[in-house]
Amino acid sequence: MTGEALKFRDPELARALAAKLAHQMTEIGRPVSVMHVCGSHEQAIAKFGLRSLFPKALTVIMGPGCPVCVTDVPEVDEGVVLAEQGVHIATYGDMLKVPGTVRSLADAQALGGKIHVVYSPAQAVELARSMPEQEVVFFATGFETTAVVTAAVIVDNPPKNFSVLSAHKYIPPVMEIVAEMPESRVEGFLAAGHAATITGWAVFEPFVERHKIPVVVAGFEPLDILAGLVELVELVKEGTPRVVNTFPRCVTREGNRAAQAELWRVFRPLGGRWRGIAHVPNGNLRLRDEYAHVDARRRFKIDITKLWDYAPPHLANQCICGDIMAGIRNPYDCKLFNKECLPENPVGACMVSNEGTCKIWHLYGGVPDLSEVPA
Amino acid sequence: MCLGVPGKIVDIDGDIATVDFWGVRRQVRLDIIDEPAAVGDYILNHVGFAIRRIPEESVAETLSLYEQLMAEAADDAMTSDIRGEIAAASAMAPEKGRA
Ligand code: SF4
Ligand code: SF4
Repeated sequence: MTGEALKFRDPELARALAAKLAHQMTEIGRPVSVMHVCGSHEQAIAKFGLRSLFPKALTVIMGPGCPVCVTDVPEVDEGVVLAEQGVHIATYGDMLKVPGTVRSLADAQALGGKIHVVYSPAQAVELARSMPEQEVVFFATGFETTAVVTAAVIVDNPPKNFSVLSAHKYIPPVMEIVAEMPESRVEGFLAAGHAATITGWAVFEPFVERHKIPVVVAGFEPLDILAGLVELVELVKEGTPRVVNTFPRCVTREGNRAAQAELWRVFRPLGGRWRGIAHVPNGNLRLRDEYAHVDARRRFKIDITKLWDYAPPHLANQCICGDIMAGIRNPYDCKLFNKECLPENPVGACMVSNEGTCKIWHLYGGVPDLSEVPA
Repeated sequence: MCLGVPGKIVDIDGDIATVDFWGVRRQVRLDIIDEPAAVGDYILNHVGFAIRRIPEESVAETLSLYEQLMAEAADDAMTSDIRGEIAAASAMAPEKGRA
């Protein structure tokens, strides 16, 4: 990590913000935990060694901020079963190694399954057009920002052999779940700028109203994150929970209205499990009845129970991803971290995607020693 | 996979823009952009679609982090996410489904 912090666009400002944070925490005079829910935030925090600039009393936890990590085991199983039925699966590269009950998509591919990596739903549609005789299922993952794009291709008359297996997730409800966990000590949320680009920051107002926990919308540049934290800690200190937008260059109060309309025209929120977290009411995005013809769950018979005769791999029981995403423990508390569990051979989903906490801490180190950062 | 990446519109044909990402030209769909964009505007591309027109006064600031990251080794996690976002835009004009 040496030298990373030197790359701040404005080191002066970074130091001033860090000093301000330290001052605020002294005034508060007790430990405070806040949570962000964005893989890109964690990448920036880890990569630029921001944790070393945080005051000791301030804990910044990564919550369920990676849509790949929270894709539940049965959802992966659905993709695996479809692949084993001979259907072509198109999905984002991160999804391949996510463990299912017995097999990941990568395992299914090794056994002859037709799995295609795409970067965009539009590429999945092109793939379907290129082979009209074959069924192509887009295994869709991502939060609302990404779901909007899936919605856009669904309403754009995709070919008949194209359908969608939605594992899309919706962020606001999971914040409620985390806030209500009895062990949770989270006193504030840093919300992800790009997710709020679509929904607008007003989407967090009912949450603040209900839980009296402040939410600050922040960008993912190191300075944006520091500035967002200063704002958030100030709200904690003042005891005045509200939503503050520190990322006006990307986020407005209303968000992208046209995109929201598209999102809710195609998807409806439905309760379901998030891997390792809990059942999240309204946390999953599923296709509405009007789009049943594009819904892989309704077009195919997907029987995942036949995978369940196998005992789950013994190591998987020791994975504590769920506690990590709930902010109760960190990767160093996991006996498997950087030993049995590595990106090449992940035991839990958090080690798979570049936005998983365990993967990020593996790559950059979670709490790097930045004693060499110039003061 | 969900960072988004800024690029500059160099041409528009209906719902499809040709966008320049640091010299790499790609097609980006404009179906769900928040406000109308014109040639010369910067947009934020996410999985092949423009999700926002970046206000002119914010362009320089938005580009700076990306520029720093683009300069890094391709195997860095954030850098590879950004490259993935560029790859998400298609190289050729996609056929539109609308009849
Ligand atoms: S979609 Fe939003 S929350 Fe998820 S990683 Fe991207 S910016 Fe963060
Ligand atoms: S290191 Fe691996 S096994 Fe441990 S919590 Fe993280 S993903 Fe799970």
